[in-house]
Amino acid sequence: MAQSITEDSVRAALTDRLKASHVEVRDMSGGCGQAFTSLIVSPEFVGKNSLKRHRLVNAALKDEIAQIHAWSAKCQTPEEYEKEKAATGGNEGPPLDGTAGGEVTGVSQ
Amino acid sequence: MFARTILSRQLLRPAFAAPAAARTSFLTSIQTRFLSDQTRQAIDKAVSSAPVVLFMKGTPETPQCGFSRASIQVLGMQGVDPAKFAAFNVLEDNELRQGIKEYSDWPTIPQLYIDKEFVGGCDIIVSMHQSGELAKLLEEKKVLAVEAEAAEEEAKKE
Repeated sequence: MAQSITEDSVRAALTDRLKASHVEVRDMSGGCGQAFTSLIVSPEFVGKNSLKRHRLVNAALKDEIAQIHAWSAKCQTPEEYEKEKAATGGNEGPPLDGTAGGEVTGVSQ
Repeated sequence: MFARTILSRQLLRPAFAAPAAARTSFLTSIQTRFLSDQTRQAIDKAVSSAPVVLFMKGTPETPQCGFSRASIQVLGMQGVDPAKFAAFNVLEDNELRQGIKEYSDWPTIPQLYIDKEFVGGCDIIVSMHQSGELAKLLEEKKVLAVEAEAAEEEAKKE
């Protein structure tokens, strides 16, 4: 029943379900495919605070998140994304806070 | 224990006197979809046990997950008063570990509550820390160890 979850499947789901204009998904599991971090840019975030944005993402990816070990997201509106890109000359991409060099550490359950 | 509570309720309430097959599926759906009253009450109590409450994997001294560690570090850097802080290790209690996700409608651990209000998980804690929102919120809620610091400052001056 459970289709395996990949960077591509998560990206496709977010693009489809949140009408995201830009999505970056990174596997931070170190290979076991159970932990992902993401940068999601969607017009659906406009006018919503951080908690509401994350709740929207959690709802859109309910089944996927229930199956994986770790999930991290940065949620930006297209305007915020462009502004940050212009200000920093690039974009940081998905958040890596709480990881060790981009990989999840801790209990594997 | 849990099943028994449901059954006795069914006996008390004729509305639930359904055919055996339907009753079975009712029990299943209840068990998978809802928190038991007992768990909910226990979590209510945990959430109100201190002004700042973190549900985490491991303990503040020995976090068992990078996200819990990052969250604890942020609260430490912000200077949250230890007397106004409580941490609950979800790895010690599977009912809490599963229950808190449903209670908060939030799929991951850690989870931060301030004044019984859900603030968010690690991503939100870190981004609020970086933007200054967290400092503002903690100050408003008067949960920082400012008095102790101020007293130290005073002591230095003298």
